[in-house]
Amino acid sequence: MTELELDTFLQALEQADALDQIQQLIVELRDTFQIDHVVYHWVSADGEQYGFGTYDPAWAARYQERDYIRVDPVIIGCFQQFHPVDWKRLDWSSKAAREFRKEAIAYGIGNQGFSIPIRGPNGQLALFTASHSTDNESWAAFTSKHQRDWILIAHYLNQKALQLEKGRTPEPVRALSPRETDALTYLGMGYSRGQVADLLSISEHTLRAYIESARFKLGALNTTHAVARATSEGLIIIGGAARAAAGGWPGRETDDKISKTAAS
Amino acid sequence: MLRYIYGKDLSTYPVLQDTMHRDRATQFAERLKWAVQVDENGWERDEYDALNPLYVIWENPDGTHGGSMRFLPTTEQTMVNDHFSNLLNGVDIRSPFIWECTRFVLGPGANSRVAAAMMLAGGELMRAFSLTHLLGVFDPRMVRIYSMIGASPEVLGSAGEGRDKISVGLWPFRPQDRIQVLKRAGLSSEISEHWFSRSFGHAIHAVRKAA
Repeated sequence: MTELELDTFLQALEQADALDQIQQLIVELRDTFQIDHVVYHWVSADGEQYGFGTYDPAWAARYQERDYIRVDPVIIGCFQQFHPVDWKRLDWSSKAAREFRKEAIAYGIGNQGFSIPIRGPNGQLALFTASHSTDNESWAAFTSKHQRDWILIAHYLNQKALQLEKGRTPEPVRALSPRETDALTYLGMGYSRGQVADLLSISEHTLRAYIESARFKLGALNTTHAVARATSEGLIIIGGAARAAAGGWPGRETDDKISKTAAS
Repeated sequence: MLRYIYGKDLSTYPVLQDTMHRDRATQFAERLKWAVQVDENGWERDEYDALNPLYVIWENPDGTHGGSMRFLPTTEQTMVNDHFSNLLNGVDIRSPFIWECTRFVLGPGANSRVAAAMMLAGGELMRAFSLTHLLGVFDPRMVRIYSMIGASPEVLGSAGEGRDKISVGLWPFRPQDRIQVLKRAGLSSEISEHWFSRSFGHAIHAVRKAA
């Protein structure tokens, strides 16, 4: 997936306000990745479940009817870890699990899968899954190539799904911290990362952590997108003249560091 | 050897589990005199141990604990966000690409090679799971050890004085650190890959190509 495609996808996701729009986006995602299936599955500790994606509805019905949630090694395994997992690494040794796998393959799920677990409060679990029919080597290449995008999509999709579905417990939108606000403001004013790090007296590595965190809270793909969102939501204010102003950023910086940096 | 073990599997390594929690009691309760809970077994445990964290543990040849640390994703409940956001100017760090690393401890007689092996493991986790940073809580005296190993964190903030002093810092993922840390740990790249794949069922190098 190119950065542009990912950006387009995340922006469309951000604007979605109904579950059927998300369903459509997932279908498009599957087509972009050229794999058999993409699925989002949410489960509570007491076995309530909910999801959407490209699986055959007959399989989804069968899964619920047979209560496969109690057999599915992907669910059982992902309740117990937080790193992304290739299905091959899960425990398929029980007879029930092997039968389940056989049946899933018959329903066209594919022989390979990769899931990102997201653990929520009170034993909630959300899974974002890619599945496909292919050999081990191609699948390893696919998952390693797309892992980072997949993690990002999983988290944003989960936030959106929780937001839209009544009765779930979405994470409250978290305000940006003062440091994050400062970092985005300076970036929005056109300073380089090096300059912003200097202004905030932190290293570029630390600045990157603040930006990562701010991006995640804003549901943004990249820094530009984060600055745009923070601006449109009024979280930061970027004055066009501020950068050239001799007095720096009024009310924020007391020393003359800004004007020096801007002049250099 | 290095082991990567989730909390729910820890009891399948009873000696390792017992000695780890005892070494934590020695380090945090006795030596540093932090206000931590030590139970009737002499184990130091806190609420984050109950969240099924991922532990990285150095296992001594006799099966006891030589050093360990504990990881949780910052998208979930973490110690830093719960207790130390004041040290970060109110920053509440959350990202699927940043994991928290707490309760870094060395067992009795552990040398700097063990410390280096643990830093190596932290780097392997970042490399394998596309992480950009580890966010750590540590005793500031550890900073000297970290810098000796060649993996200095950036200290974001500290609180308290003397023994009570505690710091929060970030380790960025710097691929070039790996060679240095491997050297300090006296380990080969292959053995590290092997230990990782024994715990997680797959090697990291497939993932590395993408990074």
